[in-house]
Amino acid sequence: MRLFGDNPITLTVVKMAAVVVIMFSFVFVVMVPLYNVLCDALGINGKTSGQRYEAASIQVDESREVTIQFIATNSDGMPWDFRPAQTMMKVNPGAVNDTVFLARNPRPQAMVAQAIPSVSPARAAEFFHKTECFCFNNQPLDGLASTEMPLQFIVDQDLPRDIRTITLSYTMFDITEMAPDAVAQR
Amino acid sequence: MGDHHHGPAKGLSRWLFATNHKDIGTMYLWFSFAMFLVGGAFAMIIRAELFQPGMQLIRPEFFNQMTTMHGLIMVFGAIMPAFVGLANWMIPMMIGAPDMALPRMNNWSFWILPPAFLLLLATMFMEGGGPAFGWTFYAPLSTTYAPPSVTFFIFGVHILGLSSIMGSINIVATVMNLRAPGMTYMKMPLFVWTWFITAYLLIAVMPVLAGAVTMMLMDIHFGTSFFSAAGGGDPVLFQHVFWFFGHPEVYIIILPAFGVVSQIIPAFARKPLFGYDSMVYATASIAFLSFIVWAHHMYTVGMPIAGELFFMYATMLIAVPTGVKVFNWITTMWRGAMTFETPMLFCIGFVVLFTIGGFTGLMLSIAPSDFQYHDSYFVVAHFHYVMVAGAVFSMTAAVYYWLPKWCGKMYNETMGKTHFWISFIGFNVTFFPQHFVGLAGMPRRIPDYALQFADFNMISSIGAFIYGASQLLFLYNVIATIVGGKPVSDEKVWEGAEGLEWTVPTPAPFHTFATPPQVR
Amino acid sequence: MLRKARSVFWLAMFPVFLLLSGTVSPAWADEKADRRYQVNMEPGVTDVGADIFSLHMLIFWICVVIGIVVFGVMFYSIYAHRKSRGVTPATFHESTKVEIAWTVVPFLILLGMAVPATSTLIEVYDTEDAEIDILVTGYQWKWKYEYLADDGENVSFFSNLKTSQEEIYNEDDKGQFYLLDVDEPIVIPVDTKVRFLVTAYDVIHSMWVPELAVKKDAIPGFINETWTRATKTGIYRGQCAELCGKDHGFMPVVVNVVEREEYDQWLAEKQTQAAEIAALMEQTFTMDELVARGKSVYDRACLACHGANGEGGVGKAIAGSAIAMGPLGGHMDIVINGSRNNAAMQAFGGQLNDVDMAAVLTFQRNAFGNNMGDMIQPIDVYNYKQGQ
Repeated sequence: MRLFGDNPITLTVVKMAAVVVIMFSFVFVVMVPLYNVLCDALGINGKTSGQRYEAASIQVDESREVTIQFIATNSDGMPWDFRPAQTMMKVNPGAVNDTVFLARNPRPQAMVAQAIPSVSPARAAEFFHKTECFCFNNQPLDGLASTEMPLQFIVDQDLPRDIRTITLSYTMFDITEMAPDAVAQR
Repeated sequence: MGDHHHGPAKGLSRWLFATNHKDIGTMYLWFSFAMFLVGGAFAMIIRAELFQPGMQLIRPEFFNQMTTMHGLIMVFGAIMPAFVGLANWMIPMMIGAPDMALPRMNNWSFWILPPAFLLLLATMFMEGGGPAFGWTFYAPLSTTYAPPSVTFFIFGVHILGLSSIMGSINIVATVMNLRAPGMTYMKMPLFVWTWFITAYLLIAVMPVLAGAVTMMLMDIHFGTSFFSAAGGGDPVLFQHVFWFFGHPEVYIIILPAFGVVSQIIPAFARKPLFGYDSMVYATASIAFLSFIVWAHHMYTVGMPIAGELFFMYATMLIAVPTGVKVFNWITTMWRGAMTFETPMLFCIGFVVLFTIGGFTGLMLSIAPSDFQYHDSYFVVAHFHYVMVAGAVFSMTAAVYYWLPKWCGKMYNETMGKTHFWISFIGFNVTFFPQHFVGLAGMPRRIPDYALQFADFNMISSIGAFIYGASQLLFLYNVIATIVGGKPVSDEKVWEGAEGLEWTVPTPAPFHTFATPPQVR
Repeated sequence: MLRKARSVFWLAMFPVFLLLSGTVSPAWADEKADRRYQVNMEPGVTDVGADIFSLHMLIFWICVVIGIVVFGVMFYSIYAHRKSRGVTPATFHESTKVEIAWTVVPFLILLGMAVPATSTLIEVYDTEDAEIDILVTGYQWKWKYEYLADDGENVSFFSNLKTSQEEIYNEDDKGQFYLLDVDEPIVIPVDTKVRFLVTAYDVIHSMWVPELAVKKDAIPGFINETWTRATKTGIYRGQCAELCGKDHGFMPVVVNVVEREEYDQWLAEKQTQAAEIAALMEQTFTMDELVARGKSVYDRACLACHGANGEGGVGKAIAGSAIAMGPLGGHMDIVINGSRNNAAMQAFGGQLNDVDMAAVLTFQRNAFGNNMGDMIQPIDVYNYKQGQ
């Protein structure tokens, strides 16, 4: 520590300043990523993985049925008419299931939206695997156009037996301003 | 003692370029008292509006600005700078140091505070009004839905955070390096110990607050989505980051208060502090626990049950070291020879009311019950019992206790005792009924309430006006003492007072301990 | 100690009360008289609420006992060990045995508290097997309730504060449920497990009904869940518990717990109503009908931001507004789809049915001196939404 001279006060200050820098970086480098990891692992807020699930082994559990409810909501300023084609499904854990969500853009301008999934109860989130989902990408839609958005999912065989209903909610956000490229492409 | 170097500079430059720890301490104390009055005036506006059901005086949007500014100013402008000022005055004198370790930085850490608060107050005159999202400024109310002035609010928070960090580094550097020969760590007065630990807490968590507001700034202006689900972020993340700062913050406020009380009670009980070592360990454990309990502020946010249980158990544990402290204070009084001058009265008031606040804190820590308490007036009552009757009462005690040493004059004891009794009664009349309305279902931060809460709110407002007015008596007493109090020449103002600060002449000369004392 | 202090407190406050008793309005004094001096939590009407209440009382009494012991010792010491009694101070200042004792004993007491706390928490978290699922969405500053039906025919409606601005601003007597009354409460059957899925449209809100032991934060983009099973019919009132902006204090949650048959009837009625609205859309209204209906819609949906006389506030003025007095298409666009430049102006297309939308548009164009003289029929709104 000769760099800072032999003054013990300077040394203390340097150490403390280092703590300050470390703690400030800690917020960005550790807390934010750690929170996201914990969310994925524990299903905080019912967040599901934003990644495509690669099925390891497909073994359908015929012995029980799980009810899946679908909810579609719009966030502030989102004018789309957005809803699930089916509001409820009964599925066997392990089976691959398909459904679609419907969306219509009532505005004359092209828009881009992002759907954010949330699973309830939150502890079911880690057992709800999406093999295909419109929420993996943003959704551009021409003015006054309609679309069907596919969702393919598997409920894990290891889903705790006391969970009999899973609610999957999508909230649609208008991200037109955040994604100008996607609009331009239309 | 080296009290005949050069004295203070004359005029404004004495204060503007102050590097003397006593001058800077004095400025901190006056500044914090001014902020206390401003924050108090906002509280009076709040209580006046809540005097009766219906909107009488102000509009809901202004009410929200008042609650927000009241909280911010009291926490960051009144209580924290008050204790920093006290630390500036007392720590060098208590450990036998000639001054703080970094006098120039000390000057800076004070002088950036007034502009920060002017900026914060100025936001109220900007378009869209000032911050109206509560002192906890939860996203997205404080980001996407905030008034444009939020940018200045963020800048203000950055500055006052910087000020706290610089002040804390200074305290750590002083305590670690400038103790007089023989002043080992375990001989330091408890006020120094609690501040030493507080300074570490500040250094650790103020950057976290800075990080939180920086993320807000980036979300608002640079298109990031830390706290917005639209871009893959999460508003709940804000609450985690904020309370990771916020919970240690409440101990930052209360630990120096513990220190003050631990100095004053032995002095008036004429008996050494009971369990010095355990006091130090209890302070350290409270500081440690403060880092692992933050989510008890967010029991209703929808955490997994394992998380709730962890934070509940950890929070309950805090009762143990806090209990140890209370037991130690009472045992210090036990078989002492007590007298009840104003500082002692405020300390006893502190012990009683802080303990009540501790009990409600314990109740709040129980997650399932908290589903009913959360964000109700019960919480408001709880934290005012620990913040006002805790921090503010102990600060008041400290001023009465050390004022004769600072200015060499004695305050008016009758007026001091009157101030105590009016404060004590006013405080309880204000905040005790808030437990009732909270349990009966009144949410906090509402500008108007259902008719069933009318009576208790009216009582609460009357109490608030009494408590508010009593602070003017305090101000008068302090000014009257400085201007024309009865001179004290005894080095040891109080019969039972112990410590190095009582070995220097009264009033304390501009420079003390230029030659370090030998502590045995 | 809370109890004890309470009686002392009442004694102390008695003269103040005598003074004040003349100043409170008698209009509500008899109503909810039992509530006026409510000083404690209520067990409410659910098993969970009762468990929470007994947990609350358990911890409270433990605190009272500790408080009596601790303060008893302290006040005895203050009385007995004062200098004026000529005592000589003792000099003891530590005792490891005592220190260990008062670390271990509180720890054991805490362990005792943790057991019932844990079991109650587990009970609160058990949301499985609900018979009815209701999606609750917090809006600035109202709630939307949507009953999730298996067949997709969800019943959904908004619940707005019913208290008038005149009552709030003291121009009118305050009603008995001042600030706790809504135009449409949630209706749920008694003795039935109901699950609330809670989310928000804009900022964080929090749904709180004390008597149903329900409090959950509503977070935009994410969904939380909580549940209740009311054991007694009645109307239970709560409020938003998380600061959500200007009118945070003005968005109550009101739950009407009814018998099962009544609930089924209500639900069927709601479904018929939806059909009726569809039928109304076929109708043509007169200007007076539209303006009258439009005024009531305006009062609940627009007034909070745009002012009682269209003078503006949080929102822009409607009186003399270029939009309300401009082309019909632009006016419909901003009310139905919301403003692109100002997040505060929500998209009302999903919040108001087409009849109410037509009425409020007509009202805005013809009230506050905006004498445009034109009319919008429900079918116009429908066509606009379809084709634009």
